[in-house]
Amino acid sequence: MRRHVISVLMENESGALSRVAGLFSARGYNIESLTVAATHDPTLSRMTIVTIGTERVVEQIIKQLNKLVDVVRLTDLTEVQFIEREMMLVKVRALEHGREELKRLADIFRGSILDVTDSSYVIELTGDDHKLSAFLDAVGRDNIIEVVRSGATGIARGDKSLKP
Amino acid sequence: MELSGGEVLIQALKEEGVEFLFGYPGGAVLHIYDALYEQNSVKHILVRHEQGATHAADGYARATGKPGVVLVTSGPGATNAVTGIATAFMDSIPMVILSGQVQSRFIGSDAFQEVDCIGITRPCVKHNFLVDSLENFAETIKKAFHVATTGRPGPVVVDIPKDFTTPGITVPFEYPKSVNMRSYSPAEQGHPGQIRKAVDLILSAKRPMIYSGGGVVLGDAAEQLTQFTELLGYPITQTLMGLGAFPASNKQNLGMLGMHGTYEANMAMHDCDVLIAIGARFDDRVTGEIDSFCPDAKIVHVDVDPASISKNVTVDVPIVGNVSHVLEAMIALIRDTDKRADPADLAQWWATIKQWAGTNCLAYEKSPDLIKPQAVVESLWRATKGDAYITSDVGQHQMWAAQFYGFDKPRRWINSGGLGTMGFGLPAAIGVQLAFPDEIVACITGEASIQMCIQELSTCLQYGTPIKIINLNNRYMGMVRQWQEFNYDKRYSHSYMDALPDFVKLTESYGHVGMSIDNPADVDAAMDEAFAMKDRLVFLDFQTDQKENVYPMIEAGKGHHEMRLNPARELA
Ligand SMILES: Cc1ncc(C[n+]2csc(CCOP(=O)(O)OP(=O)(O)O)c2C)c(N)n1
Ligand SMILES: [Mg+2]
Repeated sequence: MRRHVISVLMENESGALSRVAGLFSARGYNIESLTVAATHDPTLSRMTIVTIGTERVVEQIIKQLNKLVDVVRLTDLTEVQFIEREMMLVKVRALEHGREELKRLADIFRGSILDVTDSSYVIELTGDDHKLSAFLDAVGRDNIIEVVRSGATGIARGDKSLKP
Repeated sequence: MELSGGEVLIQALKEEGVEFLFGYPGGAVLHIYDALYEQNSVKHILVRHEQGATHAADGYARATGKPGVVLVTSGPGATNAVTGIATAFMDSIPMVILSGQVQSRFIGSDAFQEVDCIGITRPCVKHNFLVDSLENFAETIKKAFHVATTGRPGPVVVDIPKDFTTPGITVPFEYPKSVNMRSYSPAEQGHPGQIRKAVDLILSAKRPMIYSGGGVVLGDAAEQLTQFTELLGYPITQTLMGLGAFPASNKQNLGMLGMHGTYEANMAMHDCDVLIAIGARFDDRVTGEIDSFCPDAKIVHVDVDPASISKNVTVDVPIVGNVSHVLEAMIALIRDTDKRADPADLAQWWATIKQWAGTNCLAYEKSPDLIKPQAVVESLWRATKGDAYITSDVGQHQMWAAQFYGFDKPRRWINSGGLGTMGFGLPAAIGVQLAFPDEIVACITGEASIQMCIQELSTCLQYGTPIKIINLNNRYMGMVRQWQEFNYDKRYSHSYMDALPDFVKLTESYGHVGMSIDNPADVDAAMDEAFAMKDRLVFLDFQTDQKENVYPMIEAGKGHHEMRLNPARELA
């Protein structure tokens, strides 16, 4: 079992997302996260799917995705050097002496504080899965009020690209 | 040419060469029905239930290789069609299903007869389209036919909001000559390196086995398969869906494999050292227990769908491509080389196979009192000289049809293999008979299955389809009863068919001919009498042995080499 980050370029048409989501649920594949938005070419959407599975299952996932008529191209980013980023918003309890400590932590993780009240901060953080989890650990589960994560997005390093 | 949406549709169907439109009207398609009125480029066949329309179009497609086309209304029309769409999907049958939808501005408002047809059908279509404008309508239809018929074929739904077919609202019509879909380009030629590798392996086999499936029928590659197999002199078996792609009467043929396949085919699968899978998908009814599947074999797999490869069974030499192209390339390579499998090995392999065949696994007990279902199928074969189009339903009768009607030609055996849809046989036969009015079409069915789409007898009268219905009436859901006998201690829970109609009277009330046969001595004569009525639909209700089981059988969890044989073989 390994974590795979699959990048999918597909026709930006209504229903395209549900075809992918439907495929995963119908065939019992795992989805850790799924993000999607239009690209610079408005006729195309780019989707990043994070899944965990055996080589055999991931090979099937890739073939089945490729078989969807709306899918233009796809690649398993985990096969190449790639960059992965996810954005996270965390609302944390920030009281008296804890406030300074949280501010310092946010700085160390290159996060920024977007909203402040007497008792809480909203911190924005970008990074890969490990970094975001590490930050949450550092803050301490007890101090977390709310977490929103965007799901991972990914792109290959170098000049290769996913083109139609 | 300025056309309304309804007229665009009719013109597009004409451009696609569509002969028949199997349909049923309703509110959302009334504009389209108006455009269908008083035109004769497309013949509309009015069924009695939308499921019937889908199966009829499906039967037409299976028999001809051309896409079957269906027209249904929104809501219940579309949901009634779903079983037939799923049936076609599981067997990769090219179909285009046109469904009406509420007006585009009402979509999502729970309007009268609104269902999310795109959502409901998504998991059982190759693709579906919601028409988004009158301007794009013709192109969408073109795409639908293209997707349905290329690569691995399958059903495609086009959902058409009513406002895009309004009479009087027109667009300039021009049917696209070709389609350009950057996201869709099915493989054609196999990879030459893989093909060479496969041929090397095939020619170095000691105990080779060819296993072919429905893909050979769908890919119109029967001729190439026969050439390939004869050139090699290897044994061959077919799946339920692949019957007829290699002549049953050819001595290299070991018959069907799998759950109710022949002993020799399954044993040869188990013991082979090189397996050549062509247009087959390693379905669980074919492989038996996967852990004991072909334990010694290196596997070559040719398929047009990359996702079929190494899905259930990991293969050694995959070749993605159109089966007929790949077979042709392999034949050319084999002809080009002197390398051949060692004749001594091959002779020994054939001797082993002959021994297995000696078990005579299809032999059944003959009876002077009870009509044996197998004997009816054999009698049908004689009466039709083995050259009829045979449709079937699902159950024991389907297996007996597959085992006892030797198919020598492709596209003659028409059954729901993947989904196993009871109710398929009769409407499918309508589609076949309409496609081939001068050919013999018979539907082998059971008293339970036939009742699932019996209403189509009315369609048969309207369009004069002289189908012969061979009802193997065992007063049981025989296949269910058999499993209950073997696995549930003969607790026959709800598998007895009580309160059956009088099929003769029923058929007569639909305007056809009915016959009831309960004496084995009358079977042949009844067949001859029925087939002499060339212009009439005849329902032959054979009262068959209620206790007969389908043998041989691979039971759940067992491998190819662990078949259960007919205990009555010795009495045969
Ligand atoms: C629509 C549908 N419902 C249920 C089944 C499950 N099923 C498979 S075979 C069978 C019995 C069929 O009985 P009959 O048509 O009399 O055929 P027989 O097995 O007796 O030859 C049933 C209920 C099915 N395949 N399709
Ligand atoms: Mg029955």
